[in-house]
Amino acid sequence: MAWPLIKLLPAKTNFRFVAFSKFAAILSVVLVIGSIASVLIPFEGPCGGLNCGVDFKGGTVLDMNRGGQPIDLGALRDTLNDAEGLHDVQVQGDGGKNVEAMIRFETPEGGNPAQKVDEIKTHLSGKFEGAQFTRTEVVGPKVSGELLTGGVMALFFAILLMMVYIWFRFEWQFGVGAALGLLHDVILTFGLFALFNLEFTLTAVAAILTIIGYSMNDTVVVCDRLRENLRKYKKMPLADVIDLSLNETLSRTIMTGITAVGALVGLAVLGGEALFGFSIALIFGIIVGTYSSIYVAAPVILIWGVNRSDADAEIVDMGGFKGKR
Amino acid sequence: MMEFSRWKIWMVIAATIFGILYSLPNFLPQDVRTTLARYYLPSQTLNLGLDLQGGSYLLLEVDTDALAREKTANLTEDVRSTLRQKSINFSGLAATSEAVNVRITDTAQFEAALTELQKLPQPLPKNPAVRDINVVRGDNQTISLRFTPDGRRADSASAVDTSIEIVRRRVDSLGTKEPTILRQGANRIVVQAPGESDPEQLKRVIGQTAKLTFQMVDETISPSEVQAGRVPPGSELLPSENPGEPYLVVKKRVLVSGDNLTNASVGTDQYTRPAIDFRFDGQGARKFGDATAQNIGKRFAIILDGKIVSAPTIQSAITGGSGQITGTFSTQEASELVNVLKGGALPAPLKVEEQKTVGAELGADAVAKGQFSTMIAFIFVVVFMILAYGFIFGGIAVAALVANLVMLIAAMSVTQATLTLPGIAGLILTLAVAVDANVLIYERMREEIKARSLIGALDAGFSRAVETILDANITTLGAALIMFAFGAGPVRGFAWTLTIGVFTSVFTAVFITQVLLVWWYRSAKPKTLPI
Repeated sequence: MAWPLIKLLPAKTNFRFVAFSKFAAILSVVLVIGSIASVLIPFEGPCGGLNCGVDFKGGTVLDMNRGGQPIDLGALRDTLNDAEGLHDVQVQGDGGKNVEAMIRFETPEGGNPAQKVDEIKTHLSGKFEGAQFTRTEVVGPKVSGELLTGGVMALFFAILLMMVYIWFRFEWQFGVGAALGLLHDVILTFGLFALFNLEFTLTAVAAILTIIGYSMNDTVVVCDRLRENLRKYKKMPLADVIDLSLNETLSRTIMTGITAVGALVGLAVLGGEALFGFSIALIFGIIVGTYSSIYVAAPVILIWGVNRSDADAEIVDMGGFKGKR
Repeated sequence: MMEFSRWKIWMVIAATIFGILYSLPNFLPQDVRTTLARYYLPSQTLNLGLDLQGGSYLLLEVDTDALAREKTANLTEDVRSTLRQKSINFSGLAATSEAVNVRITDTAQFEAALTELQKLPQPLPKNPAVRDINVVRGDNQTISLRFTPDGRRADSASAVDTSIEIVRRRVDSLGTKEPTILRQGANRIVVQAPGESDPEQLKRVIGQTAKLTFQMVDETISPSEVQAGRVPPGSELLPSENPGEPYLVVKKRVLVSGDNLTNASVGTDQYTRPAIDFRFDGQGARKFGDATAQNIGKRFAIILDGKIVSAPTIQSAITGGSGQITGTFSTQEASELVNVLKGGALPAPLKVEEQKTVGAELGADAVAKGQFSTMIAFIFVVVFMILAYGFIFGGIAVAALVANLVMLIAAMSVTQATLTLPGIAGLILTLAVAVDANVLIYERMREEIKARSLIGALDAGFSRAVETILDANITTLGAALIMFAFGAGPVRGFAWTLTIGVFTSVFTAVFITQVLLVWWYRSAKPKTLPI
């Protein structure tokens, strides 16, 4: 048997990435604008077009079952709508025999939110024999506002930190390119959540932060090679050096991308409802992150140019990892 | 790369042994683990988050506004009784949110009133130079007693401290297994109770303020006056615990409060219904004895959290210091109330701002799905690596991956970090990204072989790739740190899994891959790169 059994790419590729960068730039701009629009419109509440979960919007979610007996969703909905002081009631079955139901409503206002939810649960247990609640989530309006602020802050600081790191390790053009690439990935992922109405929760913020980490990983690999080639081929035009570096790292980019996506597909399919949105976002982010390190970060460096004069060509080097050259 | 000292081999062996030793308890049954613990061998397993093992998470907020309101009301009563005792005439006694104002009617008595009221402010326990109230002379013979901001802060701080202490006692009295009670921010308390505990009972027991007071019923007021809403300033209208019974007017002055209780237990009344037996301390017994001796034939009210539990008539002076509260309690209510009374009253009401409860069954289901998905992901990565890089190099990548997984589980078990549902996803992603290190090394070697000898290519490929690996992992570490700083609950769990994953994957990729590659090179003496 000849190894490797599968070889995704020939040993040497010569794709002209830079030649397509204008087309890619237009595509990226359109996608980013589209994503921003779908996230913001309609201009309502804290979440706009995002389907915010209880974490950020405040609210109550109950999972109810009757030990395997089917639940009359209509009756359940009526009971809840008749209950005093409940707004925005949603009842969702499990799609099959409705042995399980998910109930959502706005957390009742004033006083002690969780106490009122208990009263509602008692009321439901009275009406539906054998009703059990396997999950209860109550988030008051005060807490949800804080969680939203915390989430946005986390994303902002993550991008900032990455930019500073790249700036420090490479050159400022690399830092700007990497930061724009990250913004691109984050905005498109937001767009994905808005477009497919995936529930946007704290876990989704964790997913986006992970995408930032992964996309950065990818960008660093490309930038590393770019820096090395800039030193090696001092006379080669910048566009060619970028193409060369992208081609050289391409097989690694694709191998790692496929491994990561493949591992996560299992999670999306088998991980259950709780992790579905999370893993879909991660898969999407990995694909977009791979694209952005080729078509966002590198062209930005091309537009701004890099200082390649001999005196300054020695790029800021922290030294610690590899010692003096 | 090819030249490396012995300590690297020893480090790899030591880390692998550590990994196996500390991850093993996760795969052993409970009784074996107990035996291990007896011989001081590692026996800790992964600490599953509430979303995986089931349980309740409550975020409570101490209602400091209510505390301030109560303090204002108390001060108003103090001013009234102080001035009455000294027979000083006053009018317009009223409270605002910041101060209590009173007007002294007689000019001659103004200075005397000021001197008396100056005695009310108390120094702060932690800062005796500052007082909780400022007594200020106002226009037109008024005196205002203003609350100082320092005083307010000290009040809320001590209320939160006391609340945490009392919540802990109450949760313990329920026999909850391994509860976590933590302060969060200025005035919040997080309670986490894993396992099968009843969240409703937990909330009932924690949420009850349990302010017990004994006050005289004001019988000077006729029902018609009550109907018209005319309640004298020193009295108040309170509802009964039983919705059916009428409201009663009681005097605001507290005879004895729950602070003076030394013991409470569940007893039975004359009709053998559940009741609460209680015993006062010395001071409480004296106060109660005096009050009952002076008011034989009148009624007093037993008030719990602003509702009248019962209002018996005093038959004779009660001097023994013990008594019984009767009402319409169920046995469970009575025993909960006893526990709550024994733990002491909360200084201010607690509001449940956030609740997350996951049934144990749902948690077990999540664990099963998580395990299955991790296994599928693992198998995928193994097959893909072997297909892409062959049995030797692919096998080395897989060996590094297995070592990584083992060390990750071991490190999580040792640090008792909480593994949450998103944490499992973090674990899977770590597996995928850990392989990236091997991919970087191999791809670089493939490139280098074009221009170098085999040994040169192995060496250059490895050392250049390691630089990139470190760079890339530092960024992941940065993202994890930010999640830790801003995230809550499950996100933190995810960040922790990611952080440990970064360290173990760099270690396994760099050291284990290196040691295995060198070992292969020395034993097989290859002429070409088999990838």
